[in-house]
Amino acid sequence: MAIAVWQVAIAGSRGLVPGPVAVVMAIGELARSGLLIRYIVASLFRVTWGYSMAVLVALPAGVFLGSSRRAEAALHPLMQWLRPISPLAWIPLAILWFGVGDLSAMFLIFMASLLPLTLATTRAVHEVDPVVLRAARNFGLPTRRLIPSVILPAILPQLVISMRISLGIAWLVVVAAEMIAVNSGLGFLIVDARNAGNRYDLVIAGMVLIGVIGLILDGMMRSLTRLDLIRWSTLDPNR
Amino acid sequence: MKVSFRDLTMRFGELDVLRDISLDVAEGEFVCILGPSGCGKSTLLNIAGGFLSPTEGSVTIDGEKVSGPDRRRIFVFQERGVFPWLSVEQNIGFGLFDVDPQERQRRIDHYVKLVGLSGFERAYPRELSGGMKQRVEVARALAVNPDVLYLDEPFGALDSITRLQMRSELLRIWQAERKTILFVTHDIEESVQLADRIVVMSARPGRIQTIVPVALPHPRDLSSPGYISIRDSIFGEIGLAHRV
Amino acid sequence: MGGSSTEDGQLPVWERIAWPALASAMALIVWTVAVRWSGTLIFPSPLDVARGLLQLAEKGLLGAYIGDSLWRVAAGYTLAVVVGIPLGLLLGWSSSVARAVNPLIELIRPISPIAWMPLAVIWFGISDVAPIFLIFLASFFPIVTATASGVRDVPPMYLQAGRNFGLSTARLMRSVVIPAVLPRIVIGLRIAFGVAWLVLVAAEMIAVDSGLGYLIIDARNAGKRYDLVVGGMLLIGLIGLILDTIMRRAEAWAVERR
Repeated sequence: MAIAVWQVAIAGSRGLVPGPVAVVMAIGELARSGLLIRYIVASLFRVTWGYSMAVLVALPAGVFLGSSRRAEAALHPLMQWLRPISPLAWIPLAILWFGVGDLSAMFLIFMASLLPLTLATTRAVHEVDPVVLRAARNFGLPTRRLIPSVILPAILPQLVISMRISLGIAWLVVVAAEMIAVNSGLGFLIVDARNAGNRYDLVIAGMVLIGVIGLILDGMMRSLTRLDLIRWSTLDPNR
Repeated sequence: MKVSFRDLTMRFGELDVLRDISLDVAEGEFVCILGPSGCGKSTLLNIAGGFLSPTEGSVTIDGEKVSGPDRRRIFVFQERGVFPWLSVEQNIGFGLFDVDPQERQRRIDHYVKLVGLSGFERAYPRELSGGMKQRVEVARALAVNPDVLYLDEPFGALDSITRLQMRSELLRIWQAERKTILFVTHDIEESVQLADRIVVMSARPGRIQTIVPVALPHPRDLSSPGYISIRDSIFGEIGLAHRV
Repeated sequence: MGGSSTEDGQLPVWERIAWPALASAMALIVWTVAVRWSGTLIFPSPLDVARGLLQLAEKGLLGAYIGDSLWRVAAGYTLAVVVGIPLGLLLGWSSSVARAVNPLIELIRPISPIAWMPLAVIWFGISDVAPIFLIFLASFFPIVTATASGVRDVPPMYLQAGRNFGLSTARLMRSVVIPAVLPRIVIGLRIAFGVAWLVLVAAEMIAVDSGLGYLIIDARNAGKRYDLVVGGMLLIGLIGLILDTIMRRAEAWAVERR
């Protein structure tokens, strides 16, 4: 139905905005030249690396900050100061440190995901029911086992929700980063298609692909919620 | 004496929450601590569990002073204490992490049956009713073979019919295993139905007003003159009218 | 004094000030030392940043840039509020309107403002309108969604009670629905503003020639002035934080007033 609306909407314009048929043909063109796969892989590669690094740092950091009032108090102002800085604002520094290329994009994605994930994890740790912690201590659980045996399982469902949201943001950031700072990938496709010849069919094709892959990534994260380790929660995974 | 409270006083800032509590509880006894909200009875239990330190005085269990949480004295909370990410059997086996696997399974099986949850071993708390979750907590507490059980208004979140059922369940389990139990409640009927002795507490500052022995055999007949007279005497103690 | 607890409570006031102060001081020191140590000629020390910003302020540009950024975000955001709240109320209240409009919203909402950027530049060129449009888009959807779901979540018994007292729909809206929905709306407003601020910077990096986002990009492009790059970033963070804090206070005030 959306496609029909689209077709109707552009019927009025004078060929500046491409219709669905043109876009599909553009995608076909990309596939034939091999660029489609290359660009998709490039974007996915960057987001995977940047995002995974962020998760590896943010989760332990978040658990640590959630468990230590002092550490959290110490870092709270710094984190709150950095939070409103858009990931794209890091582009000049990224280029300075990593040049124009994959590493830059990965760094950008890392920076975009690190703080939100850390803060979400910290919040999740705070929200663990104190009664549950009490019960664990009552049974003689040694303190060093408190985190792996109680806190981690307890925060997992919430964690997956915030990871899903962060992944969505990371995917958008990679696209934006590619528009500005690299020479391949779906974001680059959009910018280049416009600059190199006003190929708006490619622009829209790029946007469609970005949307589709974003949905696929989101779906993958949602399927994580079906794991036993996470399914126990009454939280709505579709939040 | 299993549990001894000696001259216990608890002060929060300017406020005296508990004053001069002295009480002895014998092994295997079921003691109810009864009082209105805010009389400090939960605080008393928290101190006995080692989660709070008293301002003055002490609690000893088997002669040893209580100074922190310990698995020889287990708290049973209202269903909230069940670990939601573990199944029924995993919950019950939680405290048994340093017991050899065979013994562990044996104990889990025994207590699943004892609390009447056979068939639900692999269920998760999300799928259980409030009463069932409560039973998981009791089973989990008993599995580690504690010396004392503390229950703080455990049936408060249940409907009144389930509450009656849970009370007789608790008594059945208690008679099977004869643990020392300290049970906090604000429900007069509940205390007369369950306890060997009822410690009636006054409102802030919490003091022991009187101790009422209940020498009725189990199962207790709720219409028997013995039951009614004890219940009425407590009504009188607390100063309540018999008519609503 | 009260018995000590083996459970967690609040940190004493002095600690709540000392630890952050210590951490922040250490961050500055590490930064300065790292710059000194690595012998870099490009990356600024904290002092360089301060000097650069001061220089900019003396030229009058700093105030102008901040002002431009603020006015753009204010315009886009206010527009989103003025259009979004009534629409959200309508959507939450009338299921027929919701059925008609929701598909359209669900179609457009997932398209991130960043993806709209090329289109915005095409349509509006290099001017204030492009960022304002992007900010509007970014803020609009969270506001509408929060308002609509807030209205849908008003407990039916409030509405029943209102009708019981013979209130007309208009009065019902004013005296029952809006007070009930206000906290949710305010939370949505705060979140929307956070997004707006992020999008502002992104938009300014591409589509205009003034403002804090522009400062960052231009400082690098026009002369590798990384002191201004970092300074700009820090300012963005600081101003965003201040505005967010203001919004949180407003939120607390609104919730309290119920």
